[in-house]
Amino acid sequence: MGKNRLDKLFNQQKEEVLSIYITTGYPKIDSMPILVEALANLGVDFIEVGMPYSDPLADGDTIQYSSSIALKNGINLDKYFEQVQYVRSKVTIPLLFMGYFNQLLRVGIDAFLSKCVQSGIDGLILPDMPPELYEKKYKATFEKYDLSLSFLITPTTSDERIRLLDKLSTGFVYVVSTSSTTGNVTAFSDEQVQYFKRIKKLKLNNPTIIGFGISNREKFLIANKFTNGAIIGSSFIKALKHAQNIKTTTEEFVTKIKKG
Amino acid sequence: MKYEVDLLGFYGKYGGSFVPELLHANIKELENNYKKIISEVAFQKEYYSLLQDYVGRPSPLFYAKRLSERYKTNIYLKREDLNHTGAHKINNTIGQILLAKRMKKNRIIAETGAGQHGVATATVCALMGLSCIIYMGEKDIKRQAPNVARMKMLGAQVRAVSSGSKTLKDATNEAIRDWINNPIDTHYIIGSVVGPHPYPEMVTLFQSVISEEMKKQLMDKIGRSYPDRIIACIGGGSNAAGAYYHYLDNNKVELVSVEAGGLGIHSGKSAASSILGSDGVIHGSLTLLMQDQDGQIEEPYSISAGLDYPGIGPLHAHLIRTGRTKVLYATDLEALTAGFLLAELEGIIPALESAHALAALEKINFRKQEHTVVNLSGRGDKDMQAYMEYKNRKKDGKK
Ligand SMILES: Cc1ncc(COP(=O)(O)O)c(C=O)c1O
Repeated sequence: MGKNRLDKLFNQQKEEVLSIYITTGYPKIDSMPILVEALANLGVDFIEVGMPYSDPLADGDTIQYSSSIALKNGINLDKYFEQVQYVRSKVTIPLLFMGYFNQLLRVGIDAFLSKCVQSGIDGLILPDMPPELYEKKYKATFEKYDLSLSFLITPTTSDERIRLLDKLSTGFVYVVSTSSTTGNVTAFSDEQVQYFKRIKKLKLNNPTIIGFGISNREKFLIANKFTNGAIIGSSFIKALKHAQNIKTTTEEFVTKIKKG
Repeated sequence: MKYEVDLLGFYGKYGGSFVPELLHANIKELENNYKKIISEVAFQKEYYSLLQDYVGRPSPLFYAKRLSERYKTNIYLKREDLNHTGAHKINNTIGQILLAKRMKKNRIIAETGAGQHGVATATVCALMGLSCIIYMGEKDIKRQAPNVARMKMLGAQVRAVSSGSKTLKDATNEAIRDWINNPIDTHYIIGSVVGPHPYPEMVTLFQSVISEEMKKQLMDKIGRSYPDRIIACIGGGSNAAGAYYHYLDNNKVELVSVEAGGLGIHSGKSAASSILGSDGVIHGSLTLLMQDQDGQIEEPYSISAGLDYPGIGPLHAHLIRTGRTKVLYATDLEALTAGFLLAELEGIIPALESAHALAALEKINFRKQEHTVVNLSGRGDKDMQAYMEYKNRKKDGKK
């Protein structure tokens, strides 16, 4: 391995890695490339490029809503990969496909991953990919294409299972901050901090990134004490909902997180 | 048995557990405990005693004489409509509520389409004094109003779901999300043989009492324990799975599953999930479902809220792909017609779901000596509005 942009990022940078999630096709059908370019220019470190799904079980209200709008706007896989390919010619920032297992299964795992590579995707996040099945059936294909797959861990995941998921993950391990699809409170609870400490103590092989419910600079900084960085999703999507100009909104949003 | 799940929860290639990690601990806890709990003698005793004294089982196997004459064969109705709450759904909720109690869960959630599973869940929650939240699509809340009122009277909170097609699929998504958000105190009573392993297996076992009773009842009536054919409707497939279960390995019994043809299976408005379906993941299990070329799950349509679901349970996908079951469909109109026919000939008003199974009688070439059992999964009280609208339309000379 070596070419993978995400691996390169984590080789160079161990701290305060900031990732932003966006829903392709939202708020407008062609917003994604504009957002990716803006985020890259603002020094965001990698982007989770969401492909909307009809039945997004792991998503809370905000992202569900953005997905349903995006689907109504007419987003589909062809357009998704077209937009990724287009923006890839302009930016070097790592881009991850975020979606659901059925989207790969329908196209065929090999064919799907091949499209990812061709368009310039560096890795995937698939909340409902079963780790046992991945190990048995799909790991080799992901490796063939040098695409990372980051498994999720949650406060209810046992240490033993965290080890397994760390072993199977490439790129990073996605630390879900709460046992909840809607963790939108303004500060972390003591329980959550205990859980972050537990993760830190486990000294995983992969970098760790906290996601779900990161809504402000304070939470981003706390996350950084225990892990290599954080992903912001719902909070950014919410900001886009009322944006007059998505570029300015993005600038304001990222500056607030990075500089306060 | 050839049709049991393997260790990872697969029936052949179908089934498994494709859930977000957020749900893994919940599912694992259930999987680790349920087999042990339900095989305990005390559990079995309590389950069967409630089925007898509370549900009113065994449900009769009724020889439908006039219907038999019409189709020139022998037709029996397995009367799940006579169960307490009016459908087979309660066989499962009794089992799962006893399980939930033993797992020390005090908050129960469920999804519902026709409202029958919601009512059956609200009922057992009242019986056991547990709190109950039912997720139901907005569209279904409108078309199954009597059941919404029943759930409320039974003390359940009914939460309207407005995402997607606003029907059973979306109610199930919401129930799963609730379970993700409440991993400690909550048990999710799923209403059909769908969802991640171990749900399909567990619900099948709780519903298998239907075919267990049929064996004895047929022995009494025709001197052998099996019929030539069983017909059942499939939404998710729980009444069918229960009616088939003890006959799965007996190839002398033809198994006929009837899907909802809606306005016609090529109209773009149906819920013929296996006929139009392909392999995919829905609600945590790999099965046959209606989807587009990107794997987006399609919004189904049927007049029957209980069949208005884009997938089927993984056991059924396996039975269909191995040729063990045969699939037919019935359109809205065929089901309505069959519902009126049963009322006229036998004095029984079937649920619209069960009316789909009855409509299949028109599509089968019977031999005179054959014995066919139709699983009459529920009663039609909840569907009177749809039946009356149809009748009035017919009177006005429209289709
Ligand atoms: C009376 C009746 N029959 C059948 C069904 C369909 O479910 P299943 O296929 O799980 O039996 C329902 C679902 O609500 C129902 O109420």
